[in-house]
Amino acid sequence: MSAATWALLAATFAASFVEFVEALTIVLAMGVTRGWRAALAGAASAALALVVVTAVAGYALVTWLPETALQLAVGSLLLVFGLQWLRKAILRSAGLKALHDEEEEFRAQTEAARHATPENRFGVDWFGFVVSFKSVFLEGIEVVFIVITFGLNADNIGLAAAGAAVAGVVVVIAGAVAHRPLSRVPENTLKHAVGLLLATFGTFWAVEGLGIFAAGQKSLEWPGGDVALPLLLGAWFALSRLAVWCLPRIAHADRRRLAATPATEDA
Amino acid sequence: MIVRVARGFVRFWYEFIVGDDWKIAAAVAAVLAAGAALVATELVRVDVLAPVIGAAIVAAFAASLLIDVRRRG
Repeated sequence: MSAATWALLAATFAASFVEFVEALTIVLAMGVTRGWRAALAGAASAALALVVVTAVAGYALVTWLPETALQLAVGSLLLVFGLQWLRKAILRSAGLKALHDEEEEFRAQTEAARHATPENRFGVDWFGFVVSFKSVFLEGIEVVFIVITFGLNADNIGLAAAGAAVAGVVVVIAGAVAHRPLSRVPENTLKHAVGLLLATFGTFWAVEGLGIFAAGQKSLEWPGGDVALPLLLGAWFALSRLAVWCLPRIAHADRRRLAATPATEDA
Repeated sequence: MIVRVARGFVRFWYEFIVGDDWKIAAAVAAVLAAGAALVATELVRVDVLAPVIGAAIVAAFAASLLIDVRRRG
C-alpha cells in the first residue's frame, strides 16, 4: 500500500474511533438508565440512517459535480472541518480549553436520563431511543463526511469505509467488554493527529480545485505533485507545535497586562 | 412545522460546518475567494499559485487562533 493509502486508512480509522467513543458513552448511559432495548434500537436505527445518507450523498457528489468542483467543494469542507479539530486540539494541549471527559459526560447523561419522564412509543422507551439515535447519528455524520470526502478524493471510498467500520467494531467490542465509557482513550492526541491529516488533505484538494476558475478549468498543480502532501503535513504540524508553545504565553501575558491596567490607571 | 424543521436543518449544518468558531470558516472562505480571483485574473504565475494559497491558508488559521486566544485573555 502507498503512503497516501495508509494515511487514508489511518485518518478514517482515527477520526471514526474518536467519534464512536463519544457515541458509545451516551448509548451506554441510556442502556444503563433507560434499558438496553431502547438504547440499542436507537443506535441501530441511526446506523441504518447513516448508511442511507452515505449512499445518497456519495452518489449525488460523484454524479453531479465535475472533478475540479468536487475537489474544491469537499477540499474546502474538509479543510474547515479539519481546522476546527486542530483548533480544539491545540487549545486543549495548550491548557486553554478543558479536555473532553467521557466519565463526566457519562455522569451528566445518566443523571439527565434518570430524571426524564417515562414514555413508551412503538414498544420502546422513547427518551432512551431518541437520545441514542441522536448521539450515534450526529457523531456518525462526521464519520460519513470524512469517509466520503477522503474516499472520493483518494478514489478509494471502500478503503475509507473499511477504516471507519474497523474503528466501529473495535469500539463496540471494547465497550461491550468494559461496560463503561472508554475514558482512557487519548482523545485529544487522536483529534490532533486527525486534524493535521484533514487540514493537510483539505488544503491540497481545495487549492487544486481552484483550477475551476482558470480558463481551461483544469485542477491547479502543486509543485512536485503528491510530494507536496508531506510538506503540507509538516507545515501544519510545525504551526500546531508552535501554537501549543506560544498561545499559553500570549494568553498569560494578556492576563497580566489586563490585571495591571487598573493599577496603572489608579497610579 | 415546516419552518421549525427548516430552521433545525440550517442550524444543524451551520453547527456541523462552521462549529463554535466562525473565524476559521470565514478565514478559509476569504483565502479561497482571493485565490479564485488570482486564478481567474492570472495575476500570479500558475506554478507558484498553489504554494502561495496554501501558505495563506496556514497564515489565516494562525491569525484566527491568535485572535481567539487574545479575546480569551
